[in-house]
Amino acid sequence: MRKLLLTSLLKRSMTEPPPVDDAAMNAELLARLDAVSRERLGRSLSIRQVDAGSCNGCELEIHALGNVYYDLERFGLRFVASPRHADVLLVTGPVTHNMREALERTYRATPDPKWVVAVGDCGFDGGVFAGSYACTGGVSAVLPVDLHIRGCPPSPTALLQGLIALVEHSAARR
Amino acid sequence: MSLASALLDEYASAGTQQPWPRVVVDADGWRRIVATLAGHAATLISLWCDGSAVHLSLYEENARPIVVSLDCPDGRYPSVGLSHPPALRLERAIADLYGVVAEDLPDNRPWLDHGRWGVRRPLRDCAPDAATGDAYAFLTAEGPPMHQIPVGPVHAGIIEPGHFRFTAHGETVVRLEERLGYVHKGVEALMKGVPSARAAAIAARVSGDSTVAYSLAFSLAVESALRVQAPPRAVWLRAIMAELERLANHFGDIGAICNDAAFPLMQAHCAALRERALRCADGCFGHRLMMDRITPGGVAQDLDDKGVALLRGLVIDVRKHFPKLIGLYENTASLQDRTVATGTLDATLAAAFGAGGYVGRASGRTFDARKNPAYAPYDDLAFKAPTRDRGDVDARVWIRIEEVDQSLLLIEQCLGRMPSGPVRIGLDGGSREGDAMEGVALVEGFRGDIFAWVRLAENGTIAHCHLRDPSWFQWPLLEKAIEGNIVADFPLCNKSFNCSYSGHDL
Ligand code: SF4
Repeated sequence: MRKLLLTSLLKRSMTEPPPVDDAAMNAELLARLDAVSRERLGRSLSIRQVDAGSCNGCELEIHALGNVYYDLERFGLRFVASPRHADVLLVTGPVTHNMREALERTYRATPDPKWVVAVGDCGFDGGVFAGSYACTGGVSAVLPVDLHIRGCPPSPTALLQGLIALVEHSAARR
Repeated sequence: MSLASALLDEYASAGTQQPWPRVVVDADGWRRIVATLAGHAATLISLWCDGSAVHLSLYEENARPIVVSLDCPDGRYPSVGLSHPPALRLERAIADLYGVVAEDLPDNRPWLDHGRWGVRRPLRDCAPDAATGDAYAFLTAEGPPMHQIPVGPVHAGIIEPGHFRFTAHGETVVRLEERLGYVHKGVEALMKGVPSARAAAIAARVSGDSTVAYSLAFSLAVESALRVQAPPRAVWLRAIMAELERLANHFGDIGAICNDAAFPLMQAHCAALRERALRCADGCFGHRLMMDRITPGGVAQDLDDKGVALLRGLVIDVRKHFPKLIGLYENTASLQDRTVATGTLDATLAAAFGAGGYVGRASGRTFDARKNPAYAPYDDLAFKAPTRDRGDVDARVWIRIEEVDQSLLLIEQCLGRMPSGPVRIGLDGGSREGDAMEGVALVEGFRGDIFAWVRLAENGTIAHCHLRDPSWFQWPLLEKAIEGNIVADFPLCNKSFNCSYSGHDL
């Protein structure tokens, strides 16, 4: 183990530079984030991920954000275990009817100010599951959504772009 | 004589299904099959309903798998789960979706239907319902002072939702009961009546981590139904994708299991390997998870020289770094202390449930769909399906470690022997005899064998599609494996099974 740790110390860092801004995403964010909340948030966000019926593909890519290549935490972003510690709910899936109440309760358990980010084509409008008797058809059918990060699944880079934009805009007015 | 050949002699073959035969039996024949399953002389592959009949597929040692059907005009059939518990949850799901009930089913609680859909029996009559939610009576445990710990559906980590009800005596788990169905998306209904290309996109999203395996199973079933075959080059490309998917998932799992044993160093290194595998997939096939890359008729995209170089590079990279991680796993006493003898799954149960993948093969099963019933190109490739018999978390880690090695060998063989030629055929060429055409496939995903059954309508759309995730038979075994372990070891055991919620809930 010592050898492995030592080589890791001596090697060049594998972490990559942050992705560039996405203009469309920024515009959506600016429209949603009011000045007051931006002030309160600072440059750090605690994220609670909620799977509301995803195929687990989105989760895999959200997970990847923690690996050495993307290293989410360097941006002041971290995943927390409870909605009570969270600023942001990161919601995936077409919101199945069976998950709807759990999602609503998670939202209510999250203290204000809070933001909802809908991840994936499912989170946007239900994706391939739209129109099913078992799905509400997207996060905005249930909660007010501040930012959509589309893709099936969105790549870790796209997820980073969205989340960094959220942090930057929330800190812009400080 | 095997049960399958006896049935084929005795009953009329439906004659419309490929490549395994399907026979239509009466209630008597059905009961005999159930008795064979209960006596462990055959393994249940799946049990499903199409609204008017129930179907069951099974295999016996050294015999071809078979599908057996029983018409149930009055919406009832003799229960399989009554004497063969692996079928229980499948029967509960059939009752929820179709209103077709298993007689004397010992557990009548709804399974996928939580009373939230606004309808009942969505695949039969869609009877309107208030959607107020049903109460669920969890099973009890009796004895000395016990407490219950409800967990989920929203869990602490970045994972899928499901509810776990622990009954514990102090630290020790006396009973775990799962309640699933939270991510039920209505896949069977969504697939009805749509063209196969549209249905393929849905099949690819049944369980995202196994998207390649699902696309392959679905495509093989559709191709069988149409009596066509994908071009040879596509067959080999499909195997490369399947092995790449297996690699990425095994890296992810090995890291995550160690992380749940409080050893994040392993997780960091494994996650880096996983990322490199995904980037390789992206570079070769244009999508990190390779979603929608396998389609009925072939593959979406050919592999170019750049891709071949990427794959060879990945193989070298993994061979260079992975052995160090295996050494780390083997030689870290604090880690071994957590994984060895934890969450032991007994071989008899694993066999009775036909547990697929590393869950079965860590508990003495040898079954691997790539070997048996085998499908191209694996029938032409040299590889081993590693097995262990201790059945603990450690054994499940080792199966994955050894499978990584085998997948690398397979990718190399595929690269070396892949023929050139087209990678897709049009599907209009398929012959259309008879009114309904059916195809089956059993494909080895990273988690275990995925079963697909497709019935095509005359116009080529999907009349019915049934997809069975290996998790159906692994979830109940997790309940058993955790018994007698401490609550704190649950994440570890759970991760070592890594069952799919979405694949199960459909
Ligand atoms: S957006 Fe795609 S990857 Fe994400 S949950 Fe939906 S189907 Fe799966």
